[in-house]
Amino acid sequence: VLKTTAAIVAGKTARLAARVRGGGSAMPGLVAERVDPKFLTHALSGVHGGVVVVTGTNGKTTTTKMLAAILRAHGKRVFSNPTGSNFTRGVISSMLGTLPLSGRLDADIAVLELDEWHALRFAELVPPTHALLLNVARDQLDRFAEIDTTAGLLATLATQTTGGVVLNRDDTFVSRIRAQVADGVEVRWFGIDPAVADDLPPLHEADVRAGDAVAVPDPTGDDGVLHPDDARAFRIGFGDSGIGPLELNQRGLAAMINATAATTMARFVLGDAFSVQATTEALRTVRPPFGRGEVIDAGGAPLELVLVKNPAGFTVALGTYHAEPVTTMVAINDDYADGQDVSWLYDVSFESLRDQGVALTSGVRAYDMALRLDYDDVAVDAIEPDLERALTRFIAEHPAEPRRIFCTYTAMMRLRRLLAARYGLAGFGEESA
Amino acid sequence: MTSKGLINLVHLYPREMSIYGDLGNTRCLASRIRRHGYEVRVHDHHPGSTLPDEAHLFMGGGGQDSGQSRVEDDLAVIADRLRVLASDGTPMIMICGMYQLFGNAFITVEGEELPGLGILDVTTRGNATRMIGGIVLDTDFGEVVGFENHSGSTLLASGQAAFGRVRAGRGNNGSDGTEGAVTHHVVGSYLHGPVLPANPGLTDHLIGRAAELATGRAFEPGDLDDTLAEQARSRQIRRLLAA
Repeated sequence: VLKTTAAIVAGKTARLAARVRGGGSAMPGLVAERVDPKFLTHALSGVHGGVVVVTGTNGKTTTTKMLAAILRAHGKRVFSNPTGSNFTRGVISSMLGTLPLSGRLDADIAVLELDEWHALRFAELVPPTHALLLNVARDQLDRFAEIDTTAGLLATLATQTTGGVVLNRDDTFVSRIRAQVADGVEVRWFGIDPAVADDLPPLHEADVRAGDAVAVPDPTGDDGVLHPDDARAFRIGFGDSGIGPLELNQRGLAAMINATAATTMARFVLGDAFSVQATTEALRTVRPPFGRGEVIDAGGAPLELVLVKNPAGFTVALGTYHAEPVTTMVAINDDYADGQDVSWLYDVSFESLRDQGVALTSGVRAYDMALRLDYDDVAVDAIEPDLERALTRFIAEHPAEPRRIFCTYTAMMRLRRLLAARYGLAGFGEESA
Repeated sequence: MTSKGLINLVHLYPREMSIYGDLGNTRCLASRIRRHGYEVRVHDHHPGSTLPDEAHLFMGGGGQDSGQSRVEDDLAVIADRLRVLASDGTPMIMICGMYQLFGNAFITVEGEELPGLGILDVTTRGNATRMIGGIVLDTDFGEVVGFENHSGSTLLASGQAAFGRVRAGRGNNGSDGTEGAVTHHVVGSYLHGPVLPANPGLTDHLIGRAAELATGRAFEPGDLDDTLAEQARSRQIRRLLAA
């Protein structure tokens, strides 16, 4: 206990220091992890309602936030890591803000967003009761090396889960994992109404092993099926019952799929306590995470930040918005968290931006992005690698129209910070749960 | 504008061997061919399909292990045709996994030997560590920049020309300073990026040779504005050489 207390104090001090410096959501966790490697096990030992891990390539942060909101709307005390800091250390960092010196988390349920690799490392320390496996797409291949490897990580996580697993029926990389789930561990599914499955191809990676995919059983009353009504409204069916129609504060099919995944898992965890009304209310009111379709009032006109990290995500984002004429900026960095290989930009089609053009490209790879757009015959008005100068110019030259910035992770963090300073927004990591 | 001629571009295995944005090389070739004033027809060659009677330019990309095993049988079927075309001077750009398959053999970590086409006199061994990062080369086509990500370690046979000398990064094996291989007009390389959009000198070499084959006349290049490519390339080279 003494060692854990020391770990908490050390971590908290580092957290304060990191906040004063204005960055680094994973660093304090690193300090605590070094002092007491059993920190996580101990902290979660008092959480009796379940430890839910949410992982997959796209939609982790949004889905985690939705799931936590639904559970809270049912009166549960939920610990989550809402900062999008989805490494084990990030989870510890998030805990340090709320942890009593006993080192035991005071919560009913933990809902943790973890990237694929860290989900496994986490599961070695604390086997999750539930795992929600969203999808597998090409993302930061310089870290995960190959998409098959990523799919393998998710399968291993599923085998370490003790209570139940929720799988995506529309992604063959994920649905194939069914065969590896241990006897006694319940499997439930989420997916899209086959009648609208035409919208699916851009969401999922071509799976060359599709020939040996396992058959997915027809949905039961415990499996969530998404029925989109239009670009905003949708219903989620569970057999003959379900929730909706309702609208989210985030647009697009991807967010609706995330809501379907979150609702399926919430229903799984809550059992008989699941309330349609509480869930609907939670989904209607939950705010998008930073940079995931977040709209900021920047000088009297809306400015939207859209995080892009891989071809599937960028393609879906472009598809969500293409009907609306807005002024566009694209900011591409190539740090570790962005993916160092910018090759993936060539797996996205930018033709939907051709009519409107792009006002500005920015980030370390601003010229590579402009070159990419040139090959799709999309006109680029200006190139400014420096993010601060680019943002200033973008807002000054387009003061009165709706604006959208597609940005990679570190570019998003920097832009969010600049916007927070200019327009008095809550800083990153200070978002209320 | 009347076309200067039709160029048939074949993308080998765009489903199985097309990761890391390899599609970008095909998009770039097709787009530049048009901008030079030629017509282009892109043939996606899938396992089991037939190569076009006239093929002037080939592009092949990287894949995962599962993708490579899926193309081996088809590659054996088209192997003789590819060897003849290569020795007749058909330009080909083969990246990463397809570069390895164009070599003599790939020897896995477990010691299993998988035969290649033998068009490039190189042999690749599976390796426990990956070579990942930005890379800069000096080549006959000028400075070339890209991104490498491979666990295979490739050795050139004596007499086999390299594609480039490594100035920053790892290259074929991380030790002998070579990257890729060139025989006739077949270029094998580990460079993603994708390599062609940001390195128009290399791209136009391949297109020029394809244009000669397609038309029987010397390449008649158009007047292309490569300002963006030059900026992207030179900035990235400066960054990598300074690191």
